[in-house]
Amino acid sequence: MLLKENGIPIPEGKAAHSPEEVQQIAAEMNQPVVIKAQAWTTSRLAKGLIQFAETPAEAFQKARELFGKSVNNFPVEVLLVEKRLKIEREFYGGVIINDAAKAPEIIFSSKGGSGIEEIALKYPDRVGRMKIDVVEGLKDYHARNLIRRTGIHGSEQGKLADMLVKLWKVARKYEARTAEINPMVITSEGQFLAADCRITVDDYAVFRHPELGIEIAREFDHPPTPLDKIAYAAEKNDFRGTFYFIQLEQGFKKGEGFIGFHGAGGGGSMMSMDAVQKRGFKIANFTDTSGNPPASKVYRAAKILLSQKNIDGYFGSGSGVASQEQVNSARGLVKAFREDKLGVPAVIRLGGNMEDEAVDILTRYTADLPVKVEGYKKDDPADFCAERLEALIAEHKTQQVRYPENGLTAGHLPADAKKPYEFKTLTGRVLFDHALCAECKNPVCVSACGPQILKLESGKPVLAISEAEAAKGKCTECLACELECYFHGNKGAYVELPVPGLEEYRTRVN
Amino acid sequence: MSILIDETKRVLIQGITGREGMSRAKLMMEYGTKVVAGCTPGKGGEEVLGVPVFDTVEEAVKESGGIDVSVIFVPAPIVKNAALEAIEAGVKLLVLVPDRVPIYDVLEISRKAKEYGAQFLGPNTLGVLSPGKGVLGMIGGRAKAAREWFKPGSVGVASRSGGMTSSLAYYLSKSGIGLSTIVHVGGDAVVGLPHPAIIKLFEQDPETRAVVMFGEIGTSQEEMVADLIQNREFTKPLIAYIGGRAAKKGTRFSHAGAIVEGNSGTWEGKVKRLREVGAHVVENFNDIPAETLELLGHF
Repeated sequence: MLLKENGIPIPEGKAAHSPEEVQQIAAEMNQPVVIKAQAWTTSRLAKGLIQFAETPAEAFQKARELFGKSVNNFPVEVLLVEKRLKIEREFYGGVIINDAAKAPEIIFSSKGGSGIEEIALKYPDRVGRMKIDVVEGLKDYHARNLIRRTGIHGSEQGKLADMLVKLWKVARKYEARTAEINPMVITSEGQFLAADCRITVDDYAVFRHPELGIEIAREFDHPPTPLDKIAYAAEKNDFRGTFYFIQLEQGFKKGEGFIGFHGAGGGGSMMSMDAVQKRGFKIANFTDTSGNPPASKVYRAAKILLSQKNIDGYFGSGSGVASQEQVNSARGLVKAFREDKLGVPAVIRLGGNMEDEAVDILTRYTADLPVKVEGYKKDDPADFCAERLEALIAEHKTQQVRYPENGLTAGHLPADAKKPYEFKTLTGRVLFDHALCAECKNPVCVSACGPQILKLESGKPVLAISEAEAAKGKCTECLACELECYFHGNKGAYVELPVPGLEEYRTRVN
Repeated sequence: MSILIDETKRVLIQGITGREGMSRAKLMMEYGTKVVAGCTPGKGGEEVLGVPVFDTVEEAVKESGGIDVSVIFVPAPIVKNAALEAIEAGVKLLVLVPDRVPIYDVLEISRKAKEYGAQFLGPNTLGVLSPGKGVLGMIGGRAKAAREWFKPGSVGVASRSGGMTSSLAYYLSKSGIGLSTIVHVGGDAVVGLPHPAIIKLFEQDPETRAVVMFGEIGTSQEEMVADLIQNREFTKPLIAYIGGRAAKKGTRFSHAGAIVEGNSGTWEGKVKRLREVGAHVVENFNDIPAETLELLGHF
């Protein structure tokens, strides 16, 4: 569709959701058709996901087979039915980003077929590459030069050049990391068409392209799960640090050794996952909170991670020597663990900046939980932490987890508060029950506040700055007021940080 | 000596009045970096930690008596604007800290940088630190920690992972191996100063005797480093570790750069290529300090 809207001709086709629909479309076309499974994969022809049919009846048969297939455990749900082209000749055209040159590059091959890398090796004189000036763009004469170099003469040159220039424009317009037309074809009627194409939009640029309707801008090998979508929405407009979540496995059972994984930083996370896998566990999900995230972001990540049913343990570990303020991670985890009544052992490696305070917060404020939570520092290798997790899980199997009736958090002030005082934060709100605060002998919330934006007014905590400033981010959502108040004050503070869709999701799966 | 940063470089912080800008300004200044100006449009005339804030980079350059480096802490969607502004104002080295900068924005920054003879580290970088001299960005998080963790010496560190930059540097220092400069090249697919560019700077730095490199799957950076060794453009001992051995094809584990597409950028390919040219590839991360010590003993 993107191609058609931008002036690149494509074969006539229609999407279908059932074999009956495929048959009807084939009958309307009244000629041989190609049926393509719309799936998240490449090399569809070799995988049998593209079929050809001479008659509507055959199209029905082939469609039925295709609907029965699944790709990476996800069923085929949509088929594209196209008029079968009488192909005279095939070519390849692609735009990629060359990381070494730090420039876009156009590739053209006068020989078609899948696997451009192999074609380039086998027929070097048939494949041309050219860097594109990102501001100037690809000019018509650039494209003709490139095509000429691959041995093409005659009137084809101009038409192919036109298609390449348009392909570049599509790639640039939609900020594609790669945009390929494979094959570009000339039919026996002399038509030039893009017979198939694949465009990967830069996920960092998706926010600038609402017209694409991309629901979730992440590179996955599967369509996003409901939880993936909730996680993406929770992160979307919060540029303080990053939060990444991908479900790697679903439908597993308790005791099968699946671990909820919470990393910090890509490199350290990959190594930490290796450490867990070396002990025979499997990774249920990949989560990463890094780039100095606020406590609220770590809290939301933990809540989403804990929404995966049947995990046997929680493992948090990054590089081990983080620059991010680990106290924020610790507070986010503690709040999530308490609110969600953590039911599995957790081992968290909080090495790095402020690690002593972080491990202290994590362990002291989870000491009353009926499951074990251990915290480690930069001199404890990931392998050792994975060993600890293994030991805790083994120990845990013989124990019953029972939580006290009253719960382990300040409760839900929004409903219960007698004298609520509240202000908005960037992604939620802070509430104090001034009825409780009035009787508080230790208003630790004010001194614990990270950005120091609270003051006491007739003995009760209020904002020392304007509400607008707090809402714009001066309140860093560090969660110190809630936790310190719960343990040392009068349990009158609560930070409400909604995760849209999470409660509904939990109700649905439980 | 060191590369990219020392105690004499005059530094500007773009976005100094924001949450990150302010807290990292503190780190940089307390560690010894010469932060001479800040820039936030609309906030000219204010001060952050005693540093004057200007409305434009042009003004900051003029009023502060010259800027060598600009460290940028602004939201990803406006990094391009901030970077182009700094380059056109004549700043020759930029550090782009934010994550999630669109790739075509990076390409435009790169083009402008070439035109003006400027260089940039990142985006998606923790920055660079030379022990005892200065830091750009956020390596170490706080000055006290950075001083405790990283010891001065003669081994250069370059990494594509931010967290691993600090942890490598910490574990090396702990084993008694001092460091000349620690560089996080950035986690994205296109970065201004990738491994090969940093490796060349280390070659020219007389203080650096050897380099430890944390590579990753994806991109062609490690292969290009192998080319440099082959062409004798890099002649010092190189200890390399490549992360992401077990990663699934086509799925990203946070770093935009660490994605394997087709057959390029694979773990096997990088290790083979580096070994062919005589680099010392270590397969177990925890062995890096010991192997570095051993290798240093031979030179």
